[in-house]
Amino acid sequence: MSSAPTTPPAPQGARPRRLGTGDRIFLTVIIGIPLAALLFFVWLPALASLGLSFTTWDGVDLADIHWIGLDNYKEIFTNYPPFWPAVRHNVIWLLFTALLPTPFGIFLAYQLDRKIRFTRIYQTAVFLPMVLSLAVVGFIWEIIYNPDTGLLNGILSATGSSHHIDWLGNSDLNLWAVLVASSWRHTGYIMILYLAGLKGFDPALKEAAALDGANGRQTFLRVVFPALKPVNVIILVITVMESLRSFDVVYVLGGGVGSKPGMELLSLLITDNIIGESSHIGYGSALAVVLLVVSLAAIGTFLVQNFRKEDQ
Amino acid sequence: MTTTVPRPASRPRTRRAQQTAKTPSGPRRQTGRHLMLGGIALLWLVPLLWAMYTSLRPYSDTAKHGYLSWPHSIGLGNFSDAWSQSGMPHFFWNSVLITVPSVLCTLLFSAAVAFFVSRFDFRWNIVLLMLFTAGNLLPAQVLITPLYRLYLLIPLPEWMSDSLLLYNSAWGIIAIHIAYQSGFCTFVLSNYMKTIPKEISEAALVDGAPVWRQFFQIILPLCRPAFAALATLESIWIYNDFFWPLALIESGDKRPVTSALANLQGAYFTNPNLIAAGSLMTAIPTLLVYFALQRQFISGLTIGSGKG
Repeated sequence: MSSAPTTPPAPQGARPRRLGTGDRIFLTVIIGIPLAALLFFVWLPALASLGLSFTTWDGVDLADIHWIGLDNYKEIFTNYPPFWPAVRHNVIWLLFTALLPTPFGIFLAYQLDRKIRFTRIYQTAVFLPMVLSLAVVGFIWEIIYNPDTGLLNGILSATGSSHHIDWLGNSDLNLWAVLVASSWRHTGYIMILYLAGLKGFDPALKEAAALDGANGRQTFLRVVFPALKPVNVIILVITVMESLRSFDVVYVLGGGVGSKPGMELLSLLITDNIIGESSHIGYGSALAVVLLVVSLAAIGTFLVQNFRKEDQ
Repeated sequence: MTTTVPRPASRPRTRRAQQTAKTPSGPRRQTGRHLMLGGIALLWLVPLLWAMYTSLRPYSDTAKHGYLSWPHSIGLGNFSDAWSQSGMPHFFWNSVLITVPSVLCTLLFSAAVAFFVSRFDFRWNIVLLMLFTAGNLLPAQVLITPLYRLYLLIPLPEWMSDSLLLYNSAWGIIAIHIAYQSGFCTFVLSNYMKTIPKEISEAALVDGAPVWRQFFQIILPLCRPAFAALATLESIWIYNDFFWPLALIESGDKRPVTSALANLQGAYFTNPNLIAAGSLMTAIPTLLVYFALQRQFISGLTIGSGKG
């Protein structure tokens, strides 16, 4: 971690006046083009999602957009069967990820942040899934979960169990199966982020705690963890964002046909509603707005964490 | 997961001292930790190793003896089948055509924005930076419905896209990657550029160097380490992206290889050996980049998140 001395912006009132016309044109161009791209491809669709969520539209003719107020929201809250399961699954996803792979990644980082042999091998093994795309992760786990040819049922039958479990088909099981696959990847991500945080941690604090008779767990919980608050916030934000965004693994493990009973997620319902012939643009947009509102909390936390210092 | 985790050793400080002093009890007390970490590392590799094992066995062998069995023959047959039958070279080429311009353009755009917000004191700089950063944090699915419709409305000349639309064309994928990924890179690069002393720009200004020369000849070369890290990270991310082409490219033959895996799934769902080979083959470029540029990849991942 490069320790970056953040130079406070010195008051330089004369600066802009010293810029010539050419400089001004250059600066306008280099900020203008990226900003136009960002506004057009990212912020315009985000706001359009909000706008379209109050309308009904078949998606063909712009003149056919009709304002219907909150009807889409009323519909999805009361009359759209997959909505509440999807919300529940998103919450389960978030809690599971926050309670198992995230602390486990932190635990591994803490274990690996010392001078022991093979530490790079251990780190690489756990981090490797993070390099794979979520789609590939999905396919790799499909080969494990497949009820007829998969590793898991192969082991079960080899140990004499007569159970034939359809890991991805059983709607009580499949979400958990997908969560294991996603955790396989998430753990390494958290581990690497936390290792970087620990590298910037002053070892003298740890030594002082040890001198005071604190054991390993106490040192971590009372000294290291509180001191790494910025990293903790980032990890929290990343966990929330990844849980809300999760799409690829579920899509692949669901067989590539959209949402499947037991594995509905908001992100999948949104794409259900735009791709395919029976597109309900209003529904999809209202679902997107629900997702947006939830993610704004995480985005806000991230921005506050990172820009508070500069604002002063 | 492993619940029988041995208790972490209680006094790291003394043990470290012992280890450096090579006292006889040092290595012995590390054994527990190595057993635990080695076990976890192995457990983490099992899915990959299993996919590799499956991919190396011919379908006939596994059909006859089952998947959990000793191999009767091993070979790269599935890889060559996946390569030739499902048009992998074509999909890889699509990936290159999308990834390379996206990464280059993203870096150029975000360097420009980062230069603007970090080297000058314009009034709206913080707002601009937040706008870019927050844009990258929006879930892709929030954008997709209007973006899909927008892409269907925007015409392209025939030499750019035979669909005559931004929809169903590589240009559309490149555009959304650039716009979406610029947020993250701008955030990282502006943090990096802030560490370059202001005096350098001031000296250049006093010498009468125009701003564009400052940008191209002073600031950009100084940011080389950050570019290396971001280029590695973004190449892997953009190559690995599954969602945008899935939603914005309708015809299978225009998709990059990661999204084209969905075609493989549809066509060969009865042959896990082939799917394993195809998935691993898709992963090979990212693994190569990762092992070659591990340091850049990890520093790219951590400089963006580790500090304020």
